[in-house]
Amino acid sequence: MSAAPADALLSVRSLTVEFPTDNGPFTAVENLSFDVEPGKTLAIVGESGSGKSVTSLAVLRLTDYANGRIRSGSILFKPRSGGVIDLAKASGDTLRAVRGNEIAMIFQEPMTSLNPVFTIGDQISEAIVLHQGVGVREARREAKALLDKVRLPDAGRLLDRFPHQLSGGMRQRVMIAMALSCRPKLLIADEPTTALDVTIQAQILNTVRELQREMGTAVIFITHDMGVVTEMADDVVVMYRGRKVEAGPVRQIFSAPRHPYTRALLAAVPRLGSMTGEPLPKRFPLVVMEGEATRSTGEERVQDTADYSRPLLAVDKLTTRFDIARTALGRVTHRVHAVEQVSFDIFPGETLALVGESGSGKSTVGRAIQQLLTPTGGEIRFEGRALAAMSAAERRRLKRDIQYIFQDPFASLDPRQKVGFSIAEPILTHGLMTDRKAIERRVHELLDQVGLRPEHARRYPHEFSGGQRQRICIARALSCDPKLIIADESVSALDVSIQAQIVNLLMELQERRRLSYLFITHDMAVVEKVSHRVAVMYLGQIVELGPRRAVFEDPRHSYTKKLLAAVPIPDPDRRIDTRLITGEIPSPIRAAGDEPALHRHVEVAPGHWVAVETAGSRTP
Amino acid sequence: MSTVEIEAPGTVRIWLRRLRSLEFILGAVLTVAMIGLVLASGLIFPDGGDAMDLTARLTPPFQSWAHPLGTDPLGRDVLARVVVGGKISLTVGFLSVLGAVVVGTVMGLVAGYYRGVWDMILMRFADVQLALPFILLAITFTAILGADLWNLILFMIIAQWVQYARVMRASVLSLRDREFIQSARSFGVRDLRILLHHILPNAYGPVLILMTLNVANNILLESSLTFLGLGVDPMIPSWGGMLADGRSYLQTAWWVSVFPGLAIMLTVLGLNLLGDWLRDFLDPTSKA
Repeated sequence: MSAAPADALLSVRSLTVEFPTDNGPFTAVENLSFDVEPGKTLAIVGESGSGKSVTSLAVLRLTDYANGRIRSGSILFKPRSGGVIDLAKASGDTLRAVRGNEIAMIFQEPMTSLNPVFTIGDQISEAIVLHQGVGVREARREAKALLDKVRLPDAGRLLDRFPHQLSGGMRQRVMIAMALSCRPKLLIADEPTTALDVTIQAQILNTVRELQREMGTAVIFITHDMGVVTEMADDVVVMYRGRKVEAGPVRQIFSAPRHPYTRALLAAVPRLGSMTGEPLPKRFPLVVMEGEATRSTGEERVQDTADYSRPLLAVDKLTTRFDIARTALGRVTHRVHAVEQVSFDIFPGETLALVGESGSGKSTVGRAIQQLLTPTGGEIRFEGRALAAMSAAERRRLKRDIQYIFQDPFASLDPRQKVGFSIAEPILTHGLMTDRKAIERRVHELLDQVGLRPEHARRYPHEFSGGQRQRICIARALSCDPKLIIADESVSALDVSIQAQIVNLLMELQERRRLSYLFITHDMAVVEKVSHRVAVMYLGQIVELGPRRAVFEDPRHSYTKKLLAAVPIPDPDRRIDTRLITGEIPSPIRAAGDEPALHRHVEVAPGHWVAVETAGSRTP
Repeated sequence: MSTVEIEAPGTVRIWLRRLRSLEFILGAVLTVAMIGLVLASGLIFPDGGDAMDLTARLTPPFQSWAHPLGTDPLGRDVLARVVVGGKISLTVGFLSVLGAVVVGTVMGLVAGYYRGVWDMILMRFADVQLALPFILLAITFTAILGADLWNLILFMIIAQWVQYARVMRASVLSLRDREFIQSARSFGVRDLRILLHHILPNAYGPVLILMTLNVANNILLESSLTFLGLGVDPMIPSWGGMLADGRSYLQTAWWVSVFPGLAIMLTVLGLNLLGDWLRDFLDPTSKA
């Protein structure tokens, strides 16, 4: 890119941003240039550490507050008043006039970006009063109009609510309403839908697109999700390690990526529909970046590991409820119906995916199986033995045979213990080995199996990247030769390229050790790649259960269809059909005595069960 | 993305680099010097600082080699009394804090980790403890057990464990539902091991800070209680006691109270520096 096009709203030229550290300045963004045209959407894509978020902060000079420094380059912006401002050199007053007023920003976490002690109405009107100089009453009227505009129902009453009384999707709409309150010329959205469920994400993306059309706002969309990029962007900038590696119109990036990194990134993205026609999960070779070049690893392999003769684990009518409110006399008035009468089997060597959105009860099922909580009713049988009939020693033994991998590899390792200790802990706990030398050898062996090096055992968790930490968690889970691993959103927090590697590792381990997985996730694209069978949960009950191919190619339940339709697909020619996707997920909290209607299941094909949808039990 | 590699320097080099911090050097020198002097006080001043030289009453400091830090109204050597007095002060300061930390930490761990009945009993107990006026408690205590050094320490432990228990409990509460604790539970680690290996190492930071602050507090507390006749025999020199004795001469003979005060200050400074350093030292994430 050379000179800025005359009509660009924002032109960033040779931008370099540094952060001082003890080991000298760290360059987060290096020599970056891009343009945003009025009314267009530019997506900045990259994985963690690529500098995409720093770029978005630098445009508003918010890096100043994070101790960052713009070392060189210019950020030319055309304000409403005419002329051109270089935001990289502008004074504090100029910046304040631009922030929020001309360029607005929305962040990833809608909960933390709203002040919990003020009502929604107060917070939106504050921004309006501040930037437009109107009276409080006028501002409140304007706030209501804005809430209507972002398609929030019942806006009048919403103004007096507090942030915690709203769902995540509603909060993000409020954030958008606030950002749009001054009719900015440019909106910067930093991963605005990453923390939301897919169906809610689809709705939010749709709202942003419609508002953009109506108001002619230009948008910079920061994301790691290639599916979201194709949904939103006109142009794309791909960043890798602080530098722009490729830029161009969205179609060109997706159809003919030139840089090896872009190719690797696109190859790693799980695509819904890529397994159509395949009865079994399959491993694919991966393209990984090594320095500036790419290398292909792994082999293509059909995952024919399942043995359907006898179930390893049987869950029968599992029910879990939590009492949350009582009267003064201790009578329960409200309960969370987290899991209601859920039944399924897992067979040796099989991967069963438990899919659902937040509040569906999928994690509660996993926790009940792992004995992290006591179910209210139902039975769990492992190798034919009922959990309830087991002795304390047998239950402890079960904690060896079943291992749990948590979502967040940052949080599930003790920060004060060396990695070697963490991996050895299950071995020590169950007294599998006592000889220190033997344990050390075993730890080294496990590290090797998950693709790490033996000397890593002497380091602390914070010295590793997210993907490496998840490998450590997997090594720990493998340490006492389990038969079943419960993976609770275990790859959701990882970058796509790392995610693909971890998924391959899990599948490879399954083949080598005949492991069974209960794969708990909300990500349909990953489910399609790894699972033999799929169970879809909605509001604590299973609405559809069957072989993966049947569920994905012939979904019968309306919720399964909606879930599949909401997944953004990294293909610029296929956009989400938004007609299907409306409404929020209802709350699983019910008054005592108000039992939810139980679904009746029918077998529509061999092994493919679907909940019967009656008028009363219909899901949106 | 390729993996992030961190150079693993030699262990000895890391140690050396981390010991080179100013905090550690200053803290260690002050603390070691103070404790060393106090331990050796019997050898340096065999008379225990009690020798009176009435002809040299209220000698100002830095004037004679016989009394480098001057003398008090009874002609006793200030330097000798400061060094000897450290025995009582440091014993009270360290032992009372150590005892209270042990009791409070155990209580806080149990209350925070098990919640439920244990939490309720222990915390109500703590509330009662906090509600009782300190002086009233002290008077009752000495009335029953009599005033001596060990009773004083015991009393301070009883009065102060609550602080540590509450701080510890708050840390434990924020930790007990963290994922790494849950994951330890998920593979069957027993409670005691979870408490010792996972909770305690992540929770003691605030307790460490509170500890170093309370050592100073308790050195002064000993003097107030002694002054009220509720502490140690007032004839035995202690820093707090000297401070109290010297207050009426502050206008005319500042050295009588300033030097014991300086001793307290340097001890506390040393301990605080060491405490800060220790907290960072034990936290693996702060290692450069």
